[in-house]
Amino acid sequence: MKPFEYVRVNDLISAAGALDEKSEIIAGGTNLLDLMKLQVMAPDKVVDITRIPGLDKIEPKGEGLRIGTLVKNADLAADPRIRTGYPVLSRALLAGASGQIRNKATTGGNLLQRTRCPYFYDPEMACNKREPGAGCSAKGGVSRMLAILGTSEDCRAAHPSDMAVALRALNAMIEIRRKNGDTYQLAMDDFYRLPGDRPDIETNLKDGEIITAVILPRPVIGVQSYRKIRDRASYAFALVSVAAVATVEHGLIQNASVAFGGIGARPWADLDVNAFLNGKEPSAELFGEAADLLLTAAITDEGNAFKTTMTRRALIAVMSEVTGLREASVGSDRVGEIA
Amino acid sequence: MNKHLKMDAPQPRVLDETRQGILGKGISRTEGPKKVSGSATYAGDNHPDGMAHGVLLRAGITKGKVTGFDESAAQKIDGYVGLFHGPKFIRNNAQGMADEAPVQPDCEVHYHSQPIGLVVAETFEAARDAALAIKVSYDEEGALVDPKSAPQEDQGGPDVGDLEADMGRADVTVDEIYTTEAQVSAAMELHGSVAQWNDGKLLLQSSLQMLKFNRNEIADSLGIDPENVRILAPYVGGGFGSKLGIGADAVSAAIAARDLGRPVRVIMPRQTVFDAVLRRTETEQRVRLGARSDGTITSIGHDDLVSNLEGEGFAEPTSQASQFLYAAPNRKMQQTVSRNHRTPSGSVRAPGEAVGMLGLEVAMDELAERLGMCPVKLRLQNVPERDPDSGVPFTAHSLTEALKRGAQEFGWKDRKANGARREGEWLIGMGVASAARKNMLLPAKARVTLDGDKAVVETDMTDIGTGSYTIFAQITAEALGLPIENVEVRLADTDYPEASGSGGSFGASSTGSAVFLACQSIREEIAAKCGANDFTLKDGQVTAGGKTTALSDLLDAPLSAVGEIEKGQTSEDHLSSGFGAHFAEVAVNEVSGEVRVRRMLGVFGAGRILNEKTAKSQLVGGMIWGIGAALTEEAAHDPRTGHIITRDLANYHVASHADVPEQIDTILLEERDDYANPIQAKGVGELGISGAGAAVLNAIYNACGVRVRSFPATPDKVMAGLDAM
Ligand SMILES: Cc1cc2nc3c(=O)[nH]c(=O)nc-3n(C[C@H](O)[C@H](O)[C@H](O)COP(=O)(O)OP(=O)(O)OC[C@H]3O[C@@H](n4cnc5c(N)ncnc54)[C@H](O)[C@@H]3O)c2cc1C
Repeated sequence: MKPFEYVRVNDLISAAGALDEKSEIIAGGTNLLDLMKLQVMAPDKVVDITRIPGLDKIEPKGEGLRIGTLVKNADLAADPRIRTGYPVLSRALLAGASGQIRNKATTGGNLLQRTRCPYFYDPEMACNKREPGAGCSAKGGVSRMLAILGTSEDCRAAHPSDMAVALRALNAMIEIRRKNGDTYQLAMDDFYRLPGDRPDIETNLKDGEIITAVILPRPVIGVQSYRKIRDRASYAFALVSVAAVATVEHGLIQNASVAFGGIGARPWADLDVNAFLNGKEPSAELFGEAADLLLTAAITDEGNAFKTTMTRRALIAVMSEVTGLREASVGSDRVGEIA
Repeated sequence: MNKHLKMDAPQPRVLDETRQGILGKGISRTEGPKKVSGSATYAGDNHPDGMAHGVLLRAGITKGKVTGFDESAAQKIDGYVGLFHGPKFIRNNAQGMADEAPVQPDCEVHYHSQPIGLVVAETFEAARDAALAIKVSYDEEGALVDPKSAPQEDQGGPDVGDLEADMGRADVTVDEIYTTEAQVSAAMELHGSVAQWNDGKLLLQSSLQMLKFNRNEIADSLGIDPENVRILAPYVGGGFGSKLGIGADAVSAAIAARDLGRPVRVIMPRQTVFDAVLRRTETEQRVRLGARSDGTITSIGHDDLVSNLEGEGFAEPTSQASQFLYAAPNRKMQQTVSRNHRTPSGSVRAPGEAVGMLGLEVAMDELAERLGMCPVKLRLQNVPERDPDSGVPFTAHSLTEALKRGAQEFGWKDRKANGARREGEWLIGMGVASAARKNMLLPAKARVTLDGDKAVVETDMTDIGTGSYTIFAQITAEALGLPIENVEVRLADTDYPEASGSGGSFGASSTGSAVFLACQSIREEIAAKCGANDFTLKDGQVTAGGKTTALSDLLDAPLSAVGEIEKGQTSEDHLSSGFGAHFAEVAVNEVSGEVRVRRMLGVFGAGRILNEKTAKSQLVGGMIWGIGAALTEEAAHDPRTGHIITRDLANYHVASHADVPEQIDTILLEERDDYANPIQAKGVGELGISGAGAAVLNAIYNACGVRVRSFPATPDKVMAGLDAM
């Protein structure tokens, strides 16, 4: 571990002032510290934002909610407004990490957690994300935990977050504070970049910018579902996960929004898939076709080819539950009109 | 006053006659409070004055030579002390009971991530930083890391009757390939050592399992007299085989500490434990079974391909249990070792049975299926009368009873046809497997000193979290008639008499026997003192001829004796093994192929149980490792470098709490093994893992009709089977 400076700030202005290109914000620290110990990340300065008041609140905003960046994953999952209006988010959070980690992990930190690609984690292995231009040793390596959508020649890493998959399905917006104090919002697909030839630049967040909140739109009425398939019952990242919300009106699917984890370079959504589902009568065949549409662009190798079948099966099961074709299992909850 | 016993004849059950009533009781571990309060000092908890910190430097190539180190960037790091390397550095941990230095490759690299030097600094952080800053240059050579294409050595194996011919004649046959992935021990405590020198003598505080061997291993590595080495390992946070032999942490710490003239601590970070500690090899097993239509097995074949580096004497004894578990006139078990440059392999919890019984016992399930026979009945029908290989009788043998009792208690009769039981999207099934783990007796010594009504036990035996402290106190308290609080147990100091060490589940019975023999010697002294052969010891008092005297009154001076055990004729003319039966109920998710174990029962005959609680925790622990082997554990190797890429416990999946059912029970059958040792005990821990995973795998098949033959049965593999249906 390299020596670094630790700065604790009490407000956003000093936070922004303390940030430069060689610094990192620390929130829960559950990801940053691990990576610093391995020297995968080696900031000169660590800016602790956890003492800034007001960032740990969940408040109404328009017809939806505004989740402060310092809201803990555990608190967010347990919040009654989340559980009734956005249960898919609770389910996704609870499917991630462990109780202890969720007690520390924050909303902003979760969004910005780095990939779990084993080659990224090992300084002995070439990685373009760690060291632009070094090469990608994941290519031709063990690919079980790697992405099959949105990857590039230079990077096959998957985004590891469960929470972000649910947020993507919920069409959440990310609220960002500019260095000059203004705030603006980005949709998730505009926030996360695809790796292309610069996998080291993972988001469009600029130096000195701070995530202040995540904004949820009004709840989608109907069944919401999160299904995570993983290598052990708990404390494992997703092989494949699916978050879905939809409403069924007059027997037809409306407001379908599906997002995927474990398979994408970022929390994955495909607008063509959502559009394909909307206005149609739910059926297993339809969902299978949606999976085919989603997976046409998939690039797999021997070690992760199973993810296409797995995604297909998961999507059919999840959409069947969301549209009432199948009885709801653990992971699916009904959202009614909220008074 | 010492007592030496060579096991040439069955031994009387003295411990069934004693009266203290403490042996066998499920008392909690005596060192437990120290552990939970943090006052037990593990190797890495020692901070002698002036201690420097070392971090192992890791080879960045798979095969070749180190041609140079460029320290210039490291030298700029605050607190950098220096780099140590050279001909005494060891390549990997010593194999269990090696008793000599492991391979010392000097500047050669034989596997990727091999430790090639030690970087020392004033702090651990600086040492780690410096280790990454040192640039190493190499002459790289081609390496083979694929076990299938690397050179293979034929190791032979039993070949009795004519397997091929019989397989051709048999009414029903199974001939299948089963594969298991590499595993690691995954002990919670990291491997680590603190070395300090005083007057040319090395004091090593290290996390090790077998001190008398370890002392010779480090002395040989350093080229010094073992007399000049003292090792202390009073607390060890799990071993599972990985700490049987001396490691690079110990040797490098000793070298650096001697050169620097100050203590050096080397703790391997978790990633280094994956890189540089012996793993369990992956295996490819061909199991052949032939049977008559009535279920009588006539052929058992179990060939295996395993890996190890050149120069390592160990090869996973995959077919060990297959050699004696069932009877069959035709038997062939051929082992092949692939010499490749993957991380070297060694003993990992129940070497042999843990993976070999997955192959054998799944094949037995397949045979039962093809015979249209109940898998419990098939096993019962083929329990041998004698060791099929040597023809010698077994000692206490509880396989039949374990299978019957387990079937009864588990509700085996409710098992349905494949795929017939469903709850929502979960398919439910049951599986069974036999358990067997050969029992061993290793030479061991222990000293017991009785002073009034207080006793002290001293032996260099280790307690790796298994309960040695507690059971030795129980044996002593029972044999000498003392309240358990009056017995102090001192372990894991090479100045004490040499014990068996912990490993192969032989520790409790081997060293426990030495403790017992020392007590026996003291009992004889007491008998002499009270002039009676018929006497009772209880609560610090001796009763003889109707008269009760306090021990403290009877003894005017402390009595001390060393007990010593070694194996003898009984191990030649008998086969002693633990046996048992595993039952598992699983649920398979029909969408994802995920498997959840819903309940498990293990029934075991393991000789005299010395402490019901520690024995059960050992067995349940073994069963949990069985869940890991069946479902989750896989050390993935990079196909180009051969090194393990799942280098932490987030990516190497031991079973998590959620993978372990609430209902995981054991039944310990009443058993005494008079031929095994004078305390009639057998090995316990590894018996719990042997076969456990197979019960889970067989339950998967019963649940959904998918037969997975490549283990662990991760969701993708089960799902592929479901998808094909
Ligand atoms: C063993 C283990 C298992 C896990 N399993 C899962 C799992 O199954 N699923 C899953 O989704 N996650 C899992 N996680 C990851 C966990 O969710 C993340 O570590 C956690 O959410 C990160 O939050 P944090 O607040 O601790 O972030 P930190 O570690 O503090 O920060 C992470 C990154 O975010 C940046 N950052 C934080 N806050 C802000 C902000 N307001 N503005 C700008 N930048 C910011 C930091 O600079 C840093 O780069 C696991 C973690 C571990 C250690």
